[in-house]
Amino acid sequence: MLLIHNTIDLMKKFMLDLIVKKNEPLNNQYSLLVLTSPDKLPEMLPGQFAEVRVDNSPSTFLRRPISINYVDYEANELWLLIQIVGEGTRKMCELKIGEVVNLIFPLGNSFTLPENKDAKLLLVGGGVGIAPMLFWGSYLKERGYKCNFVLGGRSKDNLLQLCEFEKFGNVFTTTEDGTHGEKGFVTQHSLLLGTNFDYIYTCGPTPMMKAVAAYAGNTGAICEVSLENTMACGFGTCLCCVTDTTEGHVCVCTQGPVFNITKLKWQI
Amino acid sequence: MADLNIKVGKLQLKNPVMTASGTFGYGTEYSDFMDISRIGGIIVKGTTLRDRQGNPYPRMAETPSGMLNAVGLQNKGVEYFINHIYPTLKDIDTNILVNLSGSTIEDYIEAAEMLNSLDKIPGIELNISCPNVKEGGMAFGTSCLSAAQVVKAVRRVYEKDLMVKLSPNVTDIVEIALAVEAEGADSVSLINTLLGMAINAETRKPYLSTITGGLSGPAVKPVALRMVWQVANAVKIPVIGMGGIMNTADAIEFILAGASAIQIGTANFIDPTITEKVIEGIDDYLNRHGYNSIHDIIGAMEI
Repeated sequence: MLLIHNTIDLMKKFMLDLIVKKNEPLNNQYSLLVLTSPDKLPEMLPGQFAEVRVDNSPSTFLRRPISINYVDYEANELWLLIQIVGEGTRKMCELKIGEVVNLIFPLGNSFTLPENKDAKLLLVGGGVGIAPMLFWGSYLKERGYKCNFVLGGRSKDNLLQLCEFEKFGNVFTTTEDGTHGEKGFVTQHSLLLGTNFDYIYTCGPTPMMKAVAAYAGNTGAICEVSLENTMACGFGTCLCCVTDTTEGHVCVCTQGPVFNITKLKWQI
Repeated sequence: MADLNIKVGKLQLKNPVMTASGTFGYGTEYSDFMDISRIGGIIVKGTTLRDRQGNPYPRMAETPSGMLNAVGLQNKGVEYFINHIYPTLKDIDTNILVNLSGSTIEDYIEAAEMLNSLDKIPGIELNISCPNVKEGGMAFGTSCLSAAQVVKAVRRVYEKDLMVKLSPNVTDIVEIALAVEAEGADSVSLINTLLGMAINAETRKPYLSTITGGLSGPAVKPVALRMVWQVANAVKIPVIGMGGIMNTADAIEFILAGASAIQIGTANFIDPTITEKVIEGIDDYLNRHGYNSIHDIIGAMEI
């Protein structure tokens, strides 16, 4: 197994002013914020995140950790998928083209690249948790891997970026109300019944990730989850975002956000 | 260029800007963003005799103009610090101080003795004010008797600079400051966080696993400034002021109130280069107002 994690510590972190190239509402809850820079964007890895400063929002004190959704190095674009949760994310969705946004990035670790290019890969995303799966899917495809995405939402309006995902692999969907794809939760999708996956990567609501982790445990697949604990700094100094692991409390921002489920003390 | 050099207790600082414990890691986390040797002093994460896992998640809640934390002194213990972290810090050209906390006076003494042997650590900040641990910590800092006892005991074994960090969660911070001064503290730093809490109205649950936690950020600044002013008027040893400093003007306010140096805390999370901006800002302020030295404005509030 190639451990990308070992190289992360060597990646330089930047605090940069980026420029809004596009801010496209995907529905009334989500917006795709496309940022660019006059300079070449630094290299980033799937799973990593940015701490975004929210200006002109008196009630938003801390930066907001946002997962990197996609990087287009040719177009010099960094994509952030924003879900409106509170005032900070609302302000981010209102940013206009040409406005400046200050980011600290790239932060955190990445997913593990399988050794074998023929490995059967399952990428599961739910809600805003689909964000890192797009970047990870593009990264895998570029390196000759084949991805299966299972994306879930309450209703078809909650399924985002399906056209983007289709560029990088097979896309399957589930909705709780049956308005798109199979009715039910991601872990109930028929694809999961008929296939033995080698690697499963997931990001989304904790109950969903726990269900995916349980499925992985039952089938013997290697499983990595991406956590989104609340944090103040994003680079390992405030010690607020810890999760309990076999090695004790560790920071999600520096030791994660991606964890192998065998390391987490989850009750599954 | 104004003269920013200042002696604070036994410390010789190249400028009055320090970083507050628990907000700057071990310093090296900030090396990607700036040259950390420019800072007057770095106070590393709260250290205890033995390793501590800290409190369960969630440990942080954003509040109006500030944040609550309940980290609970997570650290790997003083021995780990000496063997694994100290070697990475000892060649940084600034004052590196260890913030030391304990549950018993014996713990404080044993850890202080170990730290006393480190050549490149010119002082400790004695933490008698952490609100997030059940035993010890703040308990020592909230009565004159226990504050005096722990300072007296540590003073006996620790020869270098002894800065004592005071809790604002007391009726009269001045009497605590006088008590630790009488036992040989070289300086006092204040304020640690203010005990607070937050509840999620929708779920009816507290935001923090410990229910209560320490409030920091601009929300506490007026309280901190008042306490620094009161203490600076009462003690003869230098005062290091902190509490919600976000920019140069905030830092200047603390110095005018009587602080010889300041610490920047929560602001480091939002702008990891804030310390160098404030150092440059203080220089600019002195030049703009025709002062030659930082000494000229310590306690220079005009009434």
